[in-house]
Amino acid sequence: MDNNRVVTNRGLAQMLKGGVIMDVTTAEQALVAQKAGAIAVMALERVPADIRKAGGVARMCDPLKVKEIQKAVTIPVMAKCRIGHITEARVLEALHVDYIDESEVLTPADEENHIDKLQFKIPFVCGCRNIGEALRRISEGASMIRTKGEAGTGNVVEAVRHMRKVQAQIRWIASMQDDELFTAAKELQVPISLLHEVKKQKRLPVVNFAAGGIATPSDAALMMHLGADGVFVGSGIFKSDNPTVMANAIVKAVANWDKPEVISSISMGLGDAMKGLDIHLIDKKDRLSERGN
Amino acid sequence: MKIGILGFQGSIEEHEATLHSLEIETYRVKTKEDLNVIDGLILPGGESTHMLMAMKFNGLYDALKEKINSNLPIFATCAGVVLLSRSIENSEQESIGVLDAVVSRNGYGPQYFSFIEEVKIEGFKKEFRAVFIRAPIVRSVGTQVKVLARDKMGNPIFIKQNHIFGLTFHPELTKDDRLHKLFIETIH
Repeated sequence: MDNNRVVTNRGLAQMLKGGVIMDVTTAEQALVAQKAGAIAVMALERVPADIRKAGGVARMCDPLKVKEIQKAVTIPVMAKCRIGHITEARVLEALHVDYIDESEVLTPADEENHIDKLQFKIPFVCGCRNIGEALRRISEGASMIRTKGEAGTGNVVEAVRHMRKVQAQIRWIASMQDDELFTAAKELQVPISLLHEVKKQKRLPVVNFAAGGIATPSDAALMMHLGADGVFVGSGIFKSDNPTVMANAIVKAVANWDKPEVISSISMGLGDAMKGLDIHLIDKKDRLSERGN
Repeated sequence: MKIGILGFQGSIEEHEATLHSLEIETYRVKTKEDLNVIDGLILPGGESTHMLMAMKFNGLYDALKEKINSNLPIFATCAGVVLLSRSIENSEQESIGVLDAVVSRNGYGPQYFSFIEEVKIEGFKKEFRAVFIRAPIVRSVGTQVKVLARDKMGNPIFIKQNHIFGLTFHPELTKDDRLHKLFIETIH
């Protein structure tokens, strides 16, 4: 990835700030998302809640489906590949998706290495639970970061944990002396150059969205309150009672996250949100956020 | 002087940073009342379909149209051009329609084809490093519209109709503040 690509690829994420990216599994759902005001859609075979239920190996979406979704909408189309699955990523690049999500929601193809994203022309977004994971993904070439949260649960607690952690660690780094950054780099296992950038800008060098467990307009607005640049909603929309209304309400909540009276009025009579899962009842081995450090 | 930036979504902070470095006060515009306190408005880069929806929901859409028709200076980047143009060739979305231009959304194609190009801008001595991200292409313009810069293929990338600046690229993503300055100067 040459310097120009870094600017255009990080730049596309900057253009998405303040918006909602929605998981979709069909062209019809993609259109619902676009009409509701989504700023991008994420093409995948099954939403995370169904991946959790189905078990087995979760892989990249059928390329035919990606094509259909691309044809249906004018907003950017993203798609997920498995962690470390270089070829799935190359396939998605050949399809000219606008962003690849190297995602812990799918079953990892490589439990040691992530993809060398610097070798690609199109941008990647990756999940993180803390600033170490975030900066390691950025050093591998990610142009955008999101919290991992715990996808497919409808439970926002892990996204909150991860966003708070990243923001607290940014404040911690910003407060350091330059000579203390060496030790921080050693402890966090990240390049020191990125810590200098974080210290200077008091934020990650790329856009940071919230993801994983966001199910209601209030959840989405909460994540903005905690410093997210925008929000991914996975199962929360198409697993709710009324996806069209829920999608639009979440978009409006993110655009007006600092106006509780607006969130209150759009939250009235939305019907049931997706059924949620208590994180403590999920076995550690079944937690998707443990994948890919 | 206070410059508003449509405050829902997109490259809001980037425009703010450029204006703050020029010591210009900024204001995020989300309601029609906000329009009364600004001397000019930036429509940032982002997703035009989202901005349309958000403007309508907050009651800003018609008020903004009225303001532009009564000469509010506008600096539209990328999605902003789509919002203002008379007609959008390849999408059924609505537009404010005050800019006499026909545009095509994502005219260069998906992100794979986003690019950076040094462009010549009328009145500037040095070239401008223009960042195009899933940019629209201006297919044609009316007689009142001046074309002040073109890409290498000859498509208009900087157009101006009286008090409306339309840029299909993102000056807010570079350190070059000449276009922001030009906009500010026309307001004085």
